Amino acid sequence: MFYRETGDFKASYAADLQTFPIALDRYRFWALIAFAFLVVPFLINDYWASAILVPVLVYSLAALGLNMLTGYCGQVSLGTGAFMAVGAYTCYKLTTAFPELNLIVVVLLSGAMTAMVGIAFGLPSLRIKGFYLAVATLAAQFFIVWLVNKVPWFYNYSATGQISMPERDLFGVLITGPAATPEAKYLFCLAFVFVFGWVARNLVRGRIGRSWMAIRDMDIAAEIIGVPPLQTKLSAFAFSSFYIGIAGALYFGVYLGAAEATEAFSIIESFFVLFAIIIGGLGSITGSFLGAAFMVLLPVTLKNMMVDGVGPVWASVAAIAMFAAGAIAMHSIATASTWLRAVALPLALGVGALLGYGVWTVAVSGGLDTAAAKHFEITLLGVLIIVFLILEPHGLARLWQIAKEKLRLWPFPY
Amino acid sequence: MTDVIRRFNPMKAEGIALILLTLFLLRGAWWFTVADPRDAMFAVETIVSGLLAGVMYSLVALGFVLIFKSSGIFNYAQGVFALFAGLFASGFMNEFGLPVWAALLLTMLVMVIVAILVERFVLQHLVNQEPIILFMATIGLAYVLEGVGDTIWGSDVKVLDVGLPSGASDTLLDGFGLYVEKLEIAAAVIAAILVILLSVFSQYTRIGRALRAVADDHQAALSVGISLRTIWVIVWSIAGFVALVAGVMWGAKSGVQFSLSLIALKALPVLILGGFTSIPGAIIGGLIIGVGEKLAEIYLGTVMNELFGLNPSMFTAIENWFAYVLALAFLLFRPQGLFGDKIIERV
Repeated sequence: MFYRETGDFKASYAADLQTFPIALDRYRFWALIAFAFLVVPFLINDYWASAILVPVLVYSLAALGLNMLTGYCGQVSLGTGAFMAVGAYTCYKLTTAFPELNLIVVVLLSGAMTAMVGIAFGLPSLRIKGFYLAVATLAAQFFIVWLVNKVPWFYNYSATGQISMPERDLFGVLITGPAATPEAKYLFCLAFVFVFGWVARNLVRGRIGRSWMAIRDMDIAAEIIGVPPLQTKLSAFAFSSFYIGIAGALYFGVYLGAAEATEAFSIIESFFVLFAIIIGGLGSITGSFLGAAFMVLLPVTLKNMMVDGVGPVWASVAAIAMFAAGAIAMHSIATASTWLRAVALPLALGVGALLGYGVWTVAVSGGLDTAAAKHFEITLLGVLIIVFLILEPHGLARLWQIAKEKLRLWPFPY
Repeated sequence: MTDVIRRFNPMKAEGIALILLTLFLLRGAWWFTVADPRDAMFAVETIVSGLLAGVMYSLVALGFVLIFKSSGIFNYAQGVFALFAGLFASGFMNEFGLPVWAALLLTMLVMVIVAILVERFVLQHLVNQEPIILFMATIGLAYVLEGVGDTIWGSDVKVLDVGLPSGASDTLLDGFGLYVEKLEIAAAVIAAILVILLSVFSQYTRIGRALRAVADDHQAALSVGISLRTIWVIVWSIAGFVALVAGVMWGAKSGVQFSLSLIALKALPVLILGGFTSIPGAIIGGLIIGVGEKLAEIYLGTVMNELFGLNPSMFTAIENWFAYVLALAFLLFRPQGLFGDKIIERV
């Protein structure tokens, strides 16, 4: 039904190993890209660009970067916020010092600068591992934010200590600054995400990516079979920081427009990106996009539902989704328990109905205050992290893959 | 310590670092003898307040070590545990008007329930997973506890007054001219009692011996009939108790608020210095970080100015990162910490 694979034969290894081996998948992917590039810019308004699409794109880049380091190379980093700060401040310094410089070059150079800083802070990873390394990256996090806040040169001696992006254009179209149109901002970010998403996908399945995975799976064994740990780990830090640096430059230049280091690049930012890759899927390119989208959409959705209310139609949709999720979760818990198994189905339906009803009453009119919604969001995020780590360590990307496998056969059972 | 002396080698990085450190300390001691007595007094005051602040870090670090030893889990949520306990203690006292002892007992009950829930819903499902997965799970746990605590008690700053003394200690001020907070002295005394209690508990009680057995070897402990799940609940409860003490002390010092959970992060460098598996290490690491931080805050600018001619005013507000950088520098020379077990890697 959804997939028709008859007649789709592979005549070469290259054809078999391509990213989307199924022809229909390939067409849909290109259709999606065409839609994103050609249709979305005509539909977009300021709210969609600044609240959803641009942050999703920016965080996708950051998540791609962190996923290379943490998901593919197994080095946990809590310094993402600081590396984004490096990208942002490099972008700011470059574009104020050389106003004529092309914006693309500025962003790329910001990535390159961050890559160098990343290598410097990655050096300890050769001696220390696991959460020891996490502490080392915490050192980077706090030190860099302190440094850019303390040395006035970094923020051009501005009185507020803030950096704000001047108006810059690309081929005559304004990209940054308050006067830039949402379409321009969106397309600029999208172009970067498209190109670097493609690079990332091919990087991680090539020699470099495979050596990262070898180090992740067992570093000593990898060293014995001839994967050099020094180059491998440092290259992971370099590429990861490059992506995060670009994300930082876009985050500051295009998305925020103005930033203050302790606010915009705090450790909360680091956790945000880390959660994106855990929920999206560790060691997955698709997962980085899904995770970033999830992390951006979750607070927006919760705020719309709990504070503003979404009306009966959307409330019903949310209630049905909650009913399904609650019932499935309860059913799997109950069947795993010895003394709940007998009543698994009624229990699951009951719990699901209760949760669905709860969601409906809240979502239909909203009315909760913002602080309560925020606290609920934090709790939900924590629960999701734990649930994903326990049930599906490969995150949303794996769920997506399972769904796809099912869809390939549908409507037949096998 | 004898181990350090025996392995001392002036040609290796560790040896060179040790020599430099000794020279640096000697330089400091020499300064003491020639400095103005008022400056010297100020330095002593700084060191004392650093030591006492270090005790507070040690309190949080202790909770980490207990859990790490018995289950190999690096519990990121320990700081949020302290915040959570502080929130409940202050909530019980301020909202319900309970007396101090009742509030603390009830909070302890809450912490035990948390321990049971954590074991039932998180740990049990993640047995034998990689340490880093467990670490990330405890980050999730930290968010859950923070969200639940805030939902119940609100996120504004709360006062917590459990009747600990406050203000400057008069005896020290009059006798020696030192300004030391009474609260910090009380914290040091309580921490000392806590450590003694914990070591007596682990040496002389049945459960304590079971805990040590699990810490030594999970499988051997299982084979002699120790229930790992019970032990984990007990350990997390004890960590909850330590967090309660830490939360009450920090809460009394600076109010119960979100920044309390960031103190937990400060415990990380403490652990790196002390080693993840050593209780004395946690204490000494805490003291080193406390003193180092306070001294650096006041003197690093001067030292940098003397050595490299840098502007001393640049080196202010460094307590945010100094501990981490100190730990990082330390890690490069001695990855297992001062008292940690030697790291042996096998394929």
